[in-house]
Amino acid sequence: MSQKIDLDHGRFRQIIRGKIKQNLRKYISQGEMIARKGKDTVAIPIPSVDIPHFKHGDKQQGGVGQGDGEVGDALGQGQEQPGAGHQAGDRPGEHLLDIEVSLQELAEIMAEELELPRIQPKGTEKIVAWKDKYSGIRTTGPESLRHFRRTFKQAIRRQISMGTYDLKNPIIVPIKDDKRYRSWRKEPLPQSNAVIIYMMDVSGSMGDEQKEIVRIESFWIDTWLQSQYHGIESRFIIHDAMAKEVDRDTFFKTRESGGTMISSAYKLCAKLIDDEYPADRWNIYPFHFSDGDNWSVDDTHTCVELLKKDILPYVNLFCYGQVESPYGSGQFIKDLTEHFDEDERVVTSEIKGKDAIMDSIKEFLGKGK
Amino acid sequence: MALKRFPAYLRDIQEEIETYARNFGLEFFPIVYEVLDYKTMNEVAAYGGFPTRYPHWRFGMDYEQLSKSYEWGLSKIYEMVINTNPAYAYLLEGNSTTDQKIVMAHVCAHVDFFKHNYFFSKTNRKMIDGMANHAARVRRHMARWGQEVVEDFIDTCLSLENLIDPMSPYIVRARATRKDEDDPEPEVGKLRAKGYMDSFINPPSYLEAQKKKKEEEAKRQKRRFPESPVRDVMQFLIDHAPLEHWQRDVLEIVRDEAYYFAPQAMTKIMNEGWAVYWHSRILTEKALTAAEVIDYADANSGVLATSPGRLNPYKLGVELFRNIEDRWNKGQYGKEWDECDSMDLKRNWDRRTGLGRQKIFEVRKLYNDITFIDEFFTLEFCVENKFYQFGFQERTGNWEIMSREHKKVKDQLLRMLTNRGQPVIVVEDGNFENRSELLLRHIHEGIDLDGAQARDTLRNAAKLWTRPVSLLTKVDGKGKLLRCEDGNISERSAEYSG
Repeated sequence: MSQKIDLDHGRFRQIIRGKIKQNLRKYISQGEMIARKGKDTVAIPIPSVDIPHFKHGDKQQGGVGQGDGEVGDALGQGQEQPGAGHQAGDRPGEHLLDIEVSLQELAEIMAEELELPRIQPKGTEKIVAWKDKYSGIRTTGPESLRHFRRTFKQAIRRQISMGTYDLKNPIIVPIKDDKRYRSWRKEPLPQSNAVIIYMMDVSGSMGDEQKEIVRIESFWIDTWLQSQYHGIESRFIIHDAMAKEVDRDTFFKTRESGGTMISSAYKLCAKLIDDEYPADRWNIYPFHFSDGDNWSVDDTHTCVELLKKDILPYVNLFCYGQVESPYGSGQFIKDLTEHFDEDERVVTSEIKGKDAIMDSIKEFLGKGK
Repeated sequence: MALKRFPAYLRDIQEEIETYARNFGLEFFPIVYEVLDYKTMNEVAAYGGFPTRYPHWRFGMDYEQLSKSYEWGLSKIYEMVINTNPAYAYLLEGNSTTDQKIVMAHVCAHVDFFKHNYFFSKTNRKMIDGMANHAARVRRHMARWGQEVVEDFIDTCLSLENLIDPMSPYIVRARATRKDEDDPEPEVGKLRAKGYMDSFINPPSYLEAQKKKKEEEAKRQKRRFPESPVRDVMQFLIDHAPLEHWQRDVLEIVRDEAYYFAPQAMTKIMNEGWAVYWHSRILTEKALTAAEVIDYADANSGVLATSPGRLNPYKLGVELFRNIEDRWNKGQYGKEWDECDSMDLKRNWDRRTGLGRQKIFEVRKLYNDITFIDEFFTLEFCVENKFYQFGFQERTGNWEIMSREHKKVKDQLLRMLTNRGQPVIVVEDGNFENRSELLLRHIHEGIDLDGAQARDTLRNAAKLWTRPVSLLTKVDGKGKLLRCEDGNISERSAEYSG
């Protein structure tokens, strides 16, 4: 049922959207939102949209209560003003309201603000899943699918036509022939699948701050790509001199101390694509984050070869994000640009700090691939 | 339509309960119930109990918050009734029969209160239509001027909605005598003289000087504008702010609705107390079956629960009504009672006057929360019901119990109820510093304003006035003048006298 309140509620959500958009840069760089992520919503603290009034401040106000207790007993911590009939005042300063926003909506807001183009998935028509859809009625089936109303109608029709229906005692007893069941059809469901392969350098030079940046950025990349594809998978690879696949938690927590051989990660990535994600059925997005310090020129060479031969032909986009760190030389990004400057599938971005996350996301996702 | 959905068993209960209520002496407008699912209940609640309000996002915000807190199981709205004739009340679908009985008895008492309490006597009992008209007017303005423009303006008006004078509807004022602009010019102070001497005794230069003096005097009188401070800031703006036609209309709508809701804030404790008093009497003495007693007790104790640092108006109200009834039944009032200082004598005081019932009906008719507390919140009552006053202890950063002294508790209560707990702001000068700026004054009664909110509100006042607006207040005991010009706030210390 549509309600009158829907209009006002819609308007309220619109205002909230505006507020989120205004403050998007702040939310993106703070990353506090990620911690408040639910299943498919996030809670975002919005500066109050409520209407200001002349009202009393809290501290001198006090109130009256009822019950036991000695003079001097505390009623609770000084966070909320208990009071009679007053709206509870908040701490001095900004009044924050927690608003739940769906990830889908968040992605849309981000897209509007960053002017991200929609992604044109490749091979849509080839990628098909089947879905059961209940669309018809038939005369046989399991009892659990019995269609009560149709069965009832059928029974009443039969009883009337047979003259056994009694208006004064309208009892309807369905017999086997009256029963109707829901039936289903298998429907093709065009689907595009995507996989994000996150790779991260966990060598000693990547500190906590660098990892935090990666974590925030990957949250937003996830959010955006999720809004673009029906099914999405994430895989995580960490590497120092060796690469291994891990789960999400480990990915963000691991810290190794070894040196860095980027090629190891690329090798694993290529193997993953080869084994599990045939390119004609998957949209593949490898993201690699590092501080740009590779072990040797030779290894960089291997990386470039791997990219050219085993990765780039299969992927939609290859993104390399270089997080600035006090220890890294930052050489790798230069090498990549040198070799792939012309190649549309390769995007590189230097992330100088948390404030640069938003621009970096725009660089990565701004191509609509 | 609405009535059709009202199930027969509930209609029977309604009839039963209303009969009991009438026999007890309650007298109310006809009550129309509707049973709502929780979604619609939240919707109606967001609209303040009315089916149609003007379009505004804050109703959507309230709805979201109500829905959230329902879904999380934090709160649910049991009952809602609006002050109209007939009165509309809403029942939540799926509540137990016991709950519905409590609600209906509760509602009877509310409607009785609406009908008889003096402070509701000036409200529009056809407010459903009133609200619908407001909605139609606002929609028309939106169609003409654009939704956002009008909505923005409503935001601005709502920001000042508490700046009304809730007592003004009850004051009978002599009709304002307005001087006609065309009144003959005041006769210049001529000295008496015979015709031929006139030009000597009253030479032109003298006449000129006299005339000037008169004019100056008139000017001085006029300079005070408004002549005395105005409490109803909303009305002052309607009358004097340079507004467009539609803006004035919107401002009037907001003011109108503020006045409609004001008596509810002024009688919250009494109204709820009255309703609890009657639902408990009707249910426990008449309507409950043995099987329902536990459910009733459970629900009722929920209504009367207290938590530290929170005043429960239902509990305070009902206990005070019971206390009054008891005192007037036993004759514990009057000169003799007041002057008696033997606790022993007072404890066993019973003159068998039996006037309790009569007295509480009289109280529900003539009092509001302030006079109710002021007159009946006695020392004995305060001690017996364990009231305390609390406040913020800077030293520990905690809210603490400050005192159990009767006078302090009562003062605190009254302070919280004064002007519905809102600060009093008046228009002090409509031509501040002779620059057609507006000066508002906060009548400081010991509590500072919330600074951040005050600044934002001042901006909104300036939007309406279209010229700079200043606010004179006190912060930490020192006078302060906030001034808003073009959305920027400046502050300076100022003398706050009086």
